[in-house]
Amino acid sequence: MSALDSQGAPRSMRTPLGRVRALGAAHSGTQDFWRQRLTAVAMTILMIPGIVVVMMVLGRNQAGAAQILGSSWVALILLLFILASTWHMKIGMQVVIEDYVHNEKLKIASIMANNFFTVAVALAAVYAIFKLSSGV
Amino acid sequence: MVEFALPKNSKITANGKTWPKPAGATQLREYKIYRWNPDDGQNPRIDTYYVNTEDCGPMVLDGLIWIKNNIDPSLTFRRSCREGVCGSCAMNIDGQNTLACTRSMHDVKDGAVKINPLPHQPVVKDLVPDLTNFYAQYASIEPWLKTSTPTPQKEWRQSHEDREKLDGLYECILCACCSTSCPSYWWNSERFLGPAALLQATRWVKDSRDEATGERLDNLEDPFRLYRCHTIMNCAKACPKGLNPSEAIAELKLKLVERQV
Repeated sequence: MSALDSQGAPRSMRTPLGRVRALGAAHSGTQDFWRQRLTAVAMTILMIPGIVVVMMVLGRNQAGAAQILGSSWVALILLLFILASTWHMKIGMQVVIEDYVHNEKLKIASIMANNFFTVAVALAAVYAIFKLSSGV
Repeated sequence: MVEFALPKNSKITANGKTWPKPAGATQLREYKIYRWNPDDGQNPRIDTYYVNTEDCGPMVLDGLIWIKNNIDPSLTFRRSCREGVCGSCAMNIDGQNTLACTRSMHDVKDGAVKINPLPHQPVVKDLVPDLTNFYAQYASIEPWLKTSTPTPQKEWRQSHEDREKLDGLYECILCACCSTSCPSYWWNSERFLGPAALLQATRWVKDSRDEATGERLDNLEDPFRLYRCHTIMNCAKACPKGLNPSEAIAELKLKLVERQV
């Protein structure tokens, strides 16, 4: 076997099995897998009431929107939808990063940025709903 | 980032050779075959051959053997059983990973029979891929019966119903058609175990005689080893034995959820 791999980099002298076992199993991933499905089902259920709320708000001014969102049921539906969709978005984006970003430093930075972005989007949306529903 | 383009020294050049048509043959089939020799320092090329179909069997492997015997003895490929049992002659034929011995050349649409090595693996020579990593991944799932109970006098007993649960799993011949057709495996073959090894893992997780089910699931529960599978289903499409690794992997995921939720 050649001392260089197909990229021209020195080939590791570790055994193939050693390379495959590497650092061992992380014993995680199932939580994310489960939550991805959980939030998908939640969004399916919340989609119809969510669309209804959006259609009710369409064309109204801020006072009108505040009036509709003043109903705690309406606000609750939107809050649940935000929670489910941002969580789903975070896991989905992390999967894409893990698939395609191989540089360890870049990967960690991307996953961090993904988390920050998700929290920012979620909190901004939650804040907006609270603000409108409390009529401030 | 993932490398989407081939490395410089793997790009196919236009220097492919067209070998002369066999004299006196009336029924010819064109073959376009990937050639790469590790010793000549050249990039890979596609050679064109003409097979006398009146003088050889109907399968693509028959054509390859005919070329090796009659035109170009340097053409290199793996083959052994020539009946879909050993998994040696797995290659990419007309864009699909399959076994050359069970794919009829008449089933390949009009034009040339295009043959490449299994995708995204290092090439040893011509149509022979280096499957070292693939075999190590198979070894890593510890494909043997693991028990703590003292070995019985006769055999480990299994009901007919439990034996039936292994149908669709035990038939795998480890040809690597599935794993090398999987985009997740292309991008992460160092860490993702791939459909073949995971199908075999399912085979042992579902074996009623095995006593290491939890330990096996522990070793699979990993964002890369298992959860790179996004149910793309190329594996099931490619499998020359008609198995469904996607479904087997989904069963593993379900078992992992089952023991948590």
